[in-house]
Amino acid sequence: MHNFDFKKPSSVTELTAMMTSYGRDARLLAGGTDLIVGMRSGNLRPAVVIDAKKIPTMVEIQLEKDGLTLGAATSCRRIWENRQVADIYPALIDSASLIGGTSIQGRASIGGNLCNASPSADSVPTLIVMRAVATIVSSRGTRTLPVQDFCLGPRKNVLADDELLLQLHFPPPPKHSGGAFNRFIPRNEMDIAVVNAAAEVELDSSHTRFVDVRIAIGAIAPTPLFVSEAGNAIKNKPVNRKTIDHAGDVAMACAKPISDLRGTADQRRDLTRIMTIRALEMAVRRAGGTVTDD
Amino acid sequence: MTDYTTRITTVINGQEETFFCEPRESLLEILRDRLQLTGTKEGCNDGNCGACTVILDGVSVNSCCVLGVEAENASIETIEGLADGDSLHPLQQAFIRETALQCGYCTPGLIMAAKDLLAHEPLPSNERIRLWLANNLCRCTGYTRIIKAVAQAAKELHQKP
Amino acid sequence: MKHAEGQVDFKVIGTTPERPDGIEKVTGRARFADDIHLPRMLFGKILRSPHAHAIIKDIDTSKARALPGVHGVLTGGDFPQLESTVIPHGGASTIDIRDLAENCIARDKTLYDGHAVAAAVADNYHIAEQALELIEVDYEILEPVLEIEDALKDDAPVLHETFSPGRFILQTEKSHSNAGSFKLKLGDADRAFQNADHVLEENFQTRCLHQGYIEPHSVTVEWSHNDIMSVWTSTQGHFAIREQLAFILGHPLNKVKVTPMEIGGGFGGKDQVYIEPIAAMFAKKTGRPVKIAMSRADMLRGTGPSPGANIRVKLAAKKDGTLLGADLTLAYEAGAYPGGPVTSAALQATARYNIPDQQILGHDVLLNKPKMKQYRAPGGLPVNFAMESMLDILARKLELDPLELRLTNAMVTGDRMITGIPCQKIGGKELLKAVQTHPHFTSPLTGRNPGRGLAYAMWFGAGMTSSAVLTANPDGSVKLSVGTPDLSGTRMTLAMQAAETLGIPVSSISVSIPDTDSIAFSFMAVGSRTTHSTGLAVYDAAQQLLRQMTERAALYWDVDETDVTFSDGVFNHQKDSTLTLTFTEMAHLLEKLGGPITVQSSVTPKSNGAQLTAHLVDIDVDTETGKIEIQRYTAFQDVGKAIHPDYVSGQMQGGVAQGVGWALSEAYQYDEAGHLLNTTLLDYRMPTSLDLPDIETVILETPNPNHPFGVRGVGESSIMPPAGALANALYDAVGIRMTALPMTPGAVLEKLKKKQRGS
Repeated sequence: MHNFDFKKPSSVTELTAMMTSYGRDARLLAGGTDLIVGMRSGNLRPAVVIDAKKIPTMVEIQLEKDGLTLGAATSCRRIWENRQVADIYPALIDSASLIGGTSIQGRASIGGNLCNASPSADSVPTLIVMRAVATIVSSRGTRTLPVQDFCLGPRKNVLADDELLLQLHFPPPPKHSGGAFNRFIPRNEMDIAVVNAAAEVELDSSHTRFVDVRIAIGAIAPTPLFVSEAGNAIKNKPVNRKTIDHAGDVAMACAKPISDLRGTADQRRDLTRIMTIRALEMAVRRAGGTVTDD
Repeated sequence: MTDYTTRITTVINGQEETFFCEPRESLLEILRDRLQLTGTKEGCNDGNCGACTVILDGVSVNSCCVLGVEAENASIETIEGLADGDSLHPLQQAFIRETALQCGYCTPGLIMAAKDLLAHEPLPSNERIRLWLANNLCRCTGYTRIIKAVAQAAKELHQKP
Repeated sequence: MKHAEGQVDFKVIGTTPERPDGIEKVTGRARFADDIHLPRMLFGKILRSPHAHAIIKDIDTSKARALPGVHGVLTGGDFPQLESTVIPHGGASTIDIRDLAENCIARDKTLYDGHAVAAAVADNYHIAEQALELIEVDYEILEPVLEIEDALKDDAPVLHETFSPGRFILQTEKSHSNAGSFKLKLGDADRAFQNADHVLEENFQTRCLHQGYIEPHSVTVEWSHNDIMSVWTSTQGHFAIREQLAFILGHPLNKVKVTPMEIGGGFGGKDQVYIEPIAAMFAKKTGRPVKIAMSRADMLRGTGPSPGANIRVKLAAKKDGTLLGADLTLAYEAGAYPGGPVTSAALQATARYNIPDQQILGHDVLLNKPKMKQYRAPGGLPVNFAMESMLDILARKLELDPLELRLTNAMVTGDRMITGIPCQKIGGKELLKAVQTHPHFTSPLTGRNPGRGLAYAMWFGAGMTSSAVLTANPDGSVKLSVGTPDLSGTRMTLAMQAAETLGIPVSSISVSIPDTDSIAFSFMAVGSRTTHSTGLAVYDAAQQLLRQMTERAALYWDVDETDVTFSDGVFNHQKDSTLTLTFTEMAHLLEKLGGPITVQSSVTPKSNGAQLTAHLVDIDVDTETGKIEIQRYTAFQDVGKAIHPDYVSGQMQGGVAQGVGWALSEAYQYDEAGHLLNTTLLDYRMPTSLDLPDIETVILETPNPNHPFGVRGVGESSIMPPAGALANALYDAVGIRMTALPMTPGAVLEKLKKKQRGS
């Protein structure tokens, strides 16, 4: 590995000052499971590495009436260990407990997973359907952005050289709603998703009709994709097999997958449909509904 | 030439340790090369095999994905700290008794990962054990005896006063 | 003092004592190769070619040498130029030492992505890596050849203008510019096909993959002032390392000392030098100990994976299922240098079935990938996958039960194998019947798309030379030293054989595997041979020890030696029943009677008895994704005599797990230019604990008449059946016949869709 300076700011102000002064010579260290591996392979060569984990805001989990606020450097493990978060945001736990394996999750962060902006990132489809909002700070100020606008391309995000992702905020889930994330991998653990999909559904009070549906798919486009067409296609439709399959078909039509080391385009298209359907089924169950046969 | 040498103080297996390192050295390198605690092993150096698993501030992690400098003021447990003098930990005893090791290379990482599991979930199901340990690859045993050993150790730990 | 065949009243054998190195391994105290730290040690890293096929025009190391902290840089030109020299490599096998040397570091040409071209040694690995980045290599890129079919063409790019055709057990002859070939024949296969009621033919393909041992190669070398090369390394055979180092560096054998450290997995991949010559050369040049360890990417790119294969099987059968003839063509990748395991694959291909007329044509195919090597049962899984799939196809065509079909054709003692040699004593039919009567065989299938599959395999292990040294100490303790490294617990199974013979508790025996200076020559720990073949050396040494102690007992009692016997751990006088001494009591007397006794034995048995195994697997198939979930797995194996049943069971389970990975998820993926794409364990997918169910094992014992305890080799055959069993289970579940490995979800899904479309 190349040599680098290691900094440990203890406040956001200190951190943003460093980001301003070092710009693209610096990388932020959260869990390290991407950054350290990237540095070791020679792909990433920052002159400065800044540890974000000493800053309380970046590692806090705050559950309040206005929703969940997650520090960007909070580890997946701390998220899925949090029973209250698990009760209210089960889809987030789906993602947090699927990234890598147990020891990876002991360090890897949702914020890091998002900033990494891999098309197959296991957190991003979930963040999108949960309407997560990113809080971005720099010494120039603070801005917020819906997560679905955060990734620009493979390994490219909206952050300017002096900016960092501070927190993610999740609104409280609406009544009669449920969310779920799933992914397809060749083994049963540890792999990068061939395709992944998240769904959040809001049902009517009888749990038999979709009021609002959000679907996001990963690994089938340069960024994780918010497939509004698929969700919109089944708004106000009954909660049944035909509707859910239709959403799967629409999602499949929107997918723009490539063939690579991990899967072929054809396989990814098929998986888009299946993973969408399964995410919807799980989301419906969590919302208190049942997928009827007709 | 820039001197990147940093002084780090940490607690390893209950003992305070001070070492000097460059930021580019991983915790795994520190343990093995600087502190000569060679029980923790390298298998892939990118988080995919778990041979380097240690417990850091109560959580199992791949030490190859942690920088040595991140260990400042942290508390680390390695395989060397598990036995109490001559008295082996129930996990260690169970591994030997159940023949849950063959070459023994993945064993330290596996035991530390299992220790973390049992510290948080006293009587996990076999399926839960398999999921938890999926970050730890074993090429010799096929895992059956490892799962049995962990389940047995769980029972024994659960019964202890 | 031979034990009767089938004797069951053993005192130690068949029990399950705890292994002595267990505590060392669960506490992290066991010393593996990379755990060595020597004073003033330096650290080396190796630069590997990024091209599949290229000429090295020039290497400029000046910038690398100038980097502070760097103590040396080497290229192939720094090593002695060798002539092509074929040397023995165990039994009938040979290797060309020049091939081996050039594989360790290229001279003029690089032959695969990952081929070593230069190396740097420095104060630490980070500096050594930075030095590598400063080495400038000027390559002339050549067209690579990456597929077997392409390599066999007349106009294929040529790897070696001339080469020594490989001899891994069987000799091959150069038949193509990129291949050596051989033929095996029994009877008249053409006649069999003319007389058959049914002729079936199919082609199968498998891909190359890695043994995947978790412990990376690591070596430390110290070149002392009196020219002794001391080597500490992770190896299955320290004598092989010694020999190869001596040859490659032109150093006398008696000045190379190799210590085998605890080894974290080998499976056939750690039986030759890779990084040792470079470490040794650096140690010589710097005068300091040098350590080199391989990264995971180095290993996947630059060691000895197991070959992919194209296999054609043609079977002739009667309508009652009796196999009349078999005609196989096995084309296996040899990689960059000849001598891959296609030969052993051919010898095993049909062994276990009684087929009177057979022919096998084998090709050892050179192409621009690493030199291919053994992975537990060398070459065995691909051909077993092909044959067991064919048996299943035949069974379904003839509407016969797959297990009954195998019973009909199972080889029994005395049937001729393709070599013409009658099969030694085996219990094939008994094994198959054990499968048939096991609850798994008739249990109901559960799941959405369940299926059940079976496969049957036979493997021969190695005999080779083993040495054992046994000392009885005056305090009653016994020291056993053997020359065969312990991969997974054989130090215990050897101690148990000694203990049984000497009539003492196994806890009285301490076992070590000394360095090459301190024990007589022993062949490597390969070929399932240690418990059997090294066990024979141990048994012989124990017999010698007892003879000498018998002499001493006679001396002590002042009687005729011929009147003293030993049985059940006790020395007796045949005529005077008051005269008895236990082994331990006798040991205590040794000092008065001439001192401790040390004996040595070196034995070279011809083989180690056939290993028969059959696997039964239940799967459930997710037809929407192509994913196969293994629900139940039972492995049956005839081990002759299970010295330590838990270790035997462990070997079976390990082989199953590896075979499952081979069948479902592991394969090297190359791009068109021959770059290896999956160089991490993220994308080189080995089974995790969540990918396997509990693996049940059933041990059968048809004693091997050539071993005093009936032992047969155990370690290898269990890797063979999983692919065939899973392919057959898949057919049973969803009616698709996979003829290529790995059967990844994508491959299965594609086949399912084809079937649904009706093509």
